[in-house]
Amino acid sequence: MALAATAQATDTAAWTRKDLLGLRELTAEEIRLILHTAESFRGISLRPIKKVPALRGQTVVNLFFEPSTRTRTSFELAAKRLSADIVNLAVQSSSLSKGETVLDTVRNLEALKVDILVVRHAAAGVPHLIAARSRAAVINAGDGAHEHPTQALLDLFTIQEKQGRMEGLRVAIVGDIAHSRVARSNIWGLTKLGAQVTVCGPPTLMPARVEELGVRVTYDLNEAVRDADVLMLLRIQHERQESRLVPGLREYRLRYGVTRERLRAAKPELLIMHPGPVNRGVELDSEVADGPHSVILDQVTNGLAVRMAVLYLVAGGGKAEDADA
Amino acid sequence: MDKSGADFREKSKVLDAEAIRRAVVRIAHEILERHKGTGDVALIGIRTRGALLAQRLAREIQGIDGQPIRVGILDITLYRDDLSRIAPNPVVHATDIPFDVTDLRLVLVDDVLFTGRTIRAALNALSDLGRPKSIQLAVLVDRGHRELPIRPDYIGKNIPTNLREQVDVRLNELDEQEEVVLVEALPLKERL
Amino acid sequence: MSSLLLKGGRVVDPANGRDGVFDVLIKHGLIARVEPAISPNGAEVVDASGKLVTPGLVDLHTHLREPGREDKETIQTGLRAAVRGGYTTICAMPNTDPAMDSPGVVEFVQQAAGRAGLAAVKPIGAITVGRQGKDLTEFGELFEAGCVGLSDDGHPVADALLMRRALEYARVFGRPLIQHAEDPVLAAGGVMHEGLVATTLGLRGMPAESESVMVARDLALAALTGGWLHVAHVSCGQSVQLIREAKRRGVRVTCEVTPHHLALTDEAVGTFNTHAKVNPPLRPEQDRRALIEGLCDGTIDCIATDHAPHTAWEKDAEFDSAPFGISGLETALSVCVAMLVIPQTLTWPQLIEKMSRAPAALIGAEAGTLNIGAPADLLLIDPDARWTVEPEQFASKGRHTPFAGRQLPARVARVWCRGTEVTGR
Repeated sequence: MALAATAQATDTAAWTRKDLLGLRELTAEEIRLILHTAESFRGISLRPIKKVPALRGQTVVNLFFEPSTRTRTSFELAAKRLSADIVNLAVQSSSLSKGETVLDTVRNLEALKVDILVVRHAAAGVPHLIAARSRAAVINAGDGAHEHPTQALLDLFTIQEKQGRMEGLRVAIVGDIAHSRVARSNIWGLTKLGAQVTVCGPPTLMPARVEELGVRVTYDLNEAVRDADVLMLLRIQHERQESRLVPGLREYRLRYGVTRERLRAAKPELLIMHPGPVNRGVELDSEVADGPHSVILDQVTNGLAVRMAVLYLVAGGGKAEDADA
Repeated sequence: MDKSGADFREKSKVLDAEAIRRAVVRIAHEILERHKGTGDVALIGIRTRGALLAQRLAREIQGIDGQPIRVGILDITLYRDDLSRIAPNPVVHATDIPFDVTDLRLVLVDDVLFTGRTIRAALNALSDLGRPKSIQLAVLVDRGHRELPIRPDYIGKNIPTNLREQVDVRLNELDEQEEVVLVEALPLKERL
Repeated sequence: MSSLLLKGGRVVDPANGRDGVFDVLIKHGLIARVEPAISPNGAEVVDASGKLVTPGLVDLHTHLREPGREDKETIQTGLRAAVRGGYTTICAMPNTDPAMDSPGVVEFVQQAAGRAGLAAVKPIGAITVGRQGKDLTEFGELFEAGCVGLSDDGHPVADALLMRRALEYARVFGRPLIQHAEDPVLAAGGVMHEGLVATTLGLRGMPAESESVMVARDLALAALTGGWLHVAHVSCGQSVQLIREAKRRGVRVTCEVTPHHLALTDEAVGTFNTHAKVNPPLRPEQDRRALIEGLCDGTIDCIATDHAPHTAWEKDAEFDSAPFGISGLETALSVCVAMLVIPQTLTWPQLIEKMSRAPAALIGAEAGTLNIGAPADLLLIDPDARWTVEPEQFASKGRHTPFAGRQLPARVARVWCRGTEVTGR
């Protein structure tokens, strides 16, 4: 019986932050702590009673200024499995009447004594703005093109689970890098944990000086596929075509769409990942999305454990000095 | 928990390596005696030192009985009643019970029994995992001062203590020492 | 009005080539005498020893917000901020509501400024009606009403033909057309400089080229028409180089730079600090260096604040929707001293030239000198003072500045406008 009774390595790390705003500011140890905690939470969803009392009495608000079903549902389930009370608040930016600001909304929630705010907004930096003005712990659930830390964490978790390692792993992120918060958070997380990251897409969808983030850049998908252990696809937004960033979706698919033919040169153990929802037949063909390399549904499952871990950690972070248990 | 800081003074050694070994052997025999066959028995060690003791007990029982016995590890962090008072939240480790507990006779194993709150959390955690036939409790040390109606079924040693004292169990696997010592919190003026 | 004698100060008056210890006598609101030793003869004596006596500063680029956005700033608060910062003459930008595109609005601003009795206000009229970029305003009427230049600042004049006509027509009046140089399509949606910081923060960038493309176009049009182009708030090395070459070729072009572009880079945005959100945006270090170089070699004619106050609630918002602009009048001198005089890039007389005489000359104002007979707009500056920027102490309603909390050198100790002391007003 090979039961490891201890996990001393992570006992030294502690979560002391009030908020989770991005992966850029986290240390590798903090990222590992979240992943380790998620590992412990994964089993809870497999039990007959999928619930633990850890966050009993805490109130979580899903504050979504931008529509999202997947991330919101994942956070909602995560909070419920930790016995927290959760309220969904979808604020359409258009319904923010003139003069009413994001901070007005937050001040109102503060007055209702909520403990954790899960924030999604189309503008980069909104979670930071809120975190600086609110006593509540803030979790960034995606802000503009800035960061989407829980998505990257669940990606890291899935890669670690499937490949068994991170150090030296070759990960290619393909698509609209410029407008992707998922790409940014993954670049931070992957590089901190020692993976080698390549970003691939047309030059019009590359942000300025991206190579200075510690990644390799290629415009050739075949090259990216050839030595990748993980291929992470990003959703291509139809609006990009309108803003003249790509000539057309047909052309995009021919150059950057992942098809079964393209994967002939790939390693057999290649993982195909996508944050969803997939534009089938654009960035990813159906037979690949549903094929043997795809771990897209594992990503969704792991997202729950990762978000439970994050909720648990921020619920305890930022409190007064540790009175040793 | 590491209490090696300067605020504690070691008072006396209450069990040495040999005494710990004898206590484990004795409890193993008692468990076998009371259960008459271990086919439906499982040991559940509470992280961290309870888990180590459960593994030792399992080896003893298998040595005596010739039959393997199920062992699981329970992490009770998420069931603690003081979570909201601790910061940062303690690191959560996995509960590792690779079998269904329903209809099994469980023996919870921990190193020190004190207020009983850890055991209360463990009972809650177990009831979320299934419906065992019965649950018993084995501890290496009972130091008294219960705050809940909980009593052990198997005791390595009773050690009367006062509230300023603390019982430190040190096991080779973790501490590279094998002993149980009584330590005492220093009065404030003696600290620093 | 009684007479006043400033005794024993270091007089820095670049217009008259003066930098030394002199006494300055003020009579009837005018500079009466500047001599090594003047006896009081009944004049009130101010001990200026250890201090600098300089002409009042002149700002080519102030947003007073009144009429229309009195919640951001009023003429009164804007002018109080001006004199606190040592400015005794400021040019009021026309992006008010209604825009300063007709003599009526110009007169309103001048009258309100007159009542304030603080810094003198020189209005800048709009180039196009309502700053809409479609039809030219009546330049002649605006200049007759007192405008010293024209600008659609906040927006560029994007239409090349319209810009050509404006440059041509303005030749009649010998006044500058002040262009906010930005290609609106290239810059569309941008909220900061396009570079590593924008990439990291996921913010939409504006490349330096969105400015330099427009500067290049305007320089070509200025060369074509012989009109006087003044480029507002130059922010990047490319623009400096284009202007340098154009000046060499004899194109009639002048330009200004702001203290914040001389002092800061896009790094100041940090983690979404809206107090570093300005347009044109703060650029990388090599651009900042190019601006200082351009200022030193005369490519850049003067320093202007682009004082652009906003309300707290507008600035306390998501970076994308917070308005561009910072409160600049009260920190300009000290920031420039810190960035230019202390590192010995410029001397005190050179800095005062760039902040008073040079801008005054561009707008043809009788300001920025201690000429005998000139209006007594002058400052007593304590060059050794050190102070900490506390925006809540500002006279301006705009309390946002990237310099908040910074310790800065040199402070305006006393200020006279046309012979009347306005210190602390």
